[in-house]
Amino acid sequence: MTAVHGGVLGAAYLAASSPVHRLAPHLKLVAVLGFALVVVATPVDAAWSWAAYGGYLALVLLAAAAAGVGPARLARGLAIEVPFVLFALLLPFVAQGPRVEVAGIAVSESGLVAAGGLLAKATLSVLAAVVLAATTEPRALVQGLERLRLPSLLVQILMFMVRYADVVGGELGRMRVARESRGFQGRHLGALKVLGPAAGSLFVRSYERGERVHLAMLSRGYTGRMPGGPATAVPAQDWLTALTLPLGAAAVLASGLLLG
Amino acid sequence: MTAPAPSLLVEDLAFAYPDGHQALFGVDLRVERGERVALLGPNGAGKTTLVLHLNGILRGGRGSVAVAGLPVDQRNLQEVRRRVGIVFQDPDDQLFMPTVGEDVAFGPRNLGLPEPEVRARVAAALAQVGMGGAADRPPHHLSFGQRRRVAVATVLSMHPEILVLDEPSSNLDPAGRRELAEVLESLPVTVLMVTHDLPYALQLCPRSVVLDGGVVVADGPTRELLADPVLLARHRLELPYGFDPRTVP
Repeated sequence: MTAVHGGVLGAAYLAASSPVHRLAPHLKLVAVLGFALVVVATPVDAAWSWAAYGGYLALVLLAAAAAGVGPARLARGLAIEVPFVLFALLLPFVAQGPRVEVAGIAVSESGLVAAGGLLAKATLSVLAAVVLAATTEPRALVQGLERLRLPSLLVQILMFMVRYADVVGGELGRMRVARESRGFQGRHLGALKVLGPAAGSLFVRSYERGERVHLAMLSRGYTGRMPGGPATAVPAQDWLTALTLPLGAAAVLASGLLLG
Repeated sequence: MTAPAPSLLVEDLAFAYPDGHQALFGVDLRVERGERVALLGPNGAGKTTLVLHLNGILRGGRGSVAVAGLPVDQRNLQEVRRRVGIVFQDPDDQLFMPTVGEDVAFGPRNLGLPEPEVRARVAAALAQVGMGGAADRPPHHLSFGQRRRVAVATVLSMHPEILVLDEPSSNLDPAGRRELAEVLESLPVTVLMVTHDLPYALQLCPRSVVLDGGVVVADGPTRELLADPVLLARHRLELPYGFDPRTVP
């Protein structure tokens, strides 16, 4: 009944000690955000667009290789993209404008370009995020966000989510076992009458736990601000390593704009 | 020279919750420095309400609480919370930081201590509870007994005047229970232990106080209180089957 090593949130993490693993989390956050911004800023309808997107893909795959994140792991990470894919697939059919024939079906040309762009941008950004998640533990990510001056309240909320995801998950699991031990099977619509109150009681339990945690915090002198530990300085070399990804992407974009 | 102030002095404490439910009706309690005292009583006796008054989480009723001579009021709240280390029943409520080390450092950092001092206190507190070397581990990787001991360390690192434990033996397996007892016995600190576990009270606390209906109804040597079946029955306290407090060494 114990959660897997690292817990439900830690499942995305791939324990290893590659150069990417060793980078400070806030550097990786900046790198991924920068990369995604460059990707999103790249036009989809220029002649050189496809070359640029190919360059980005090469960069992110290089980063994944350096981090020791295999193709299977990347593909699994892409699953989160599925709703966007469905939306993108609709675009060529619903968009206006001149039509082109693809495999005997007339589809909107602008819709096709928009769908391709959406897919490419989403896939590249998700790939970068998968590398980040696979090389950074959840709590390190929160520390990175704190280091990047995300408002303290948001950092605390995220921190508690990381800490209590497994505790709440464990409660959910015990409630499920207790239900099923008394013959419950949640396979028909009537099950909602049971599952609804169960969700409600999980909410109430979590709310009460929140109150108890707050009491425990107050008892140890909490005054509304999370006391931070010492922040270690990051060598310039690490910044350079981390920024290779967004700077490389920016170079690809710049050469496209200048040469294309 | 005057005697040092008692670790804890509660005088005529009465308290009613905002919904009108009155939980305490004039509690008097004096705990001398270095004593280990068990606070016994049935559910609903007011034990938790009393505990939450000791560090000023609850205030505003009649009476007064003083910790080592310092009255618990709005101005002293931060110092009072340093002096009173409450260990709550569920270690998952107590351990809210991502790692054990950060959690033990939470209190000292709130006190504004310099970082080398914080680190020294974290190491010392974890060593005191036999959890040295666990500083970098996330709490959910520890066993329940280990988490309970780390929870004790989170308040030891604040160098409290008095340690207040809420049901310290609950949900522990026999080995975890014994390990915690060894830790508690080794600590040079005043202890107030809220418990239903009467053998544990006898093992660790020479003195016991029985709270029922919001007042102290008995106060004396633990062995004598537990050997009084009429008193126990009147306040819904029960010894485990076959347990005889007079024959325990």
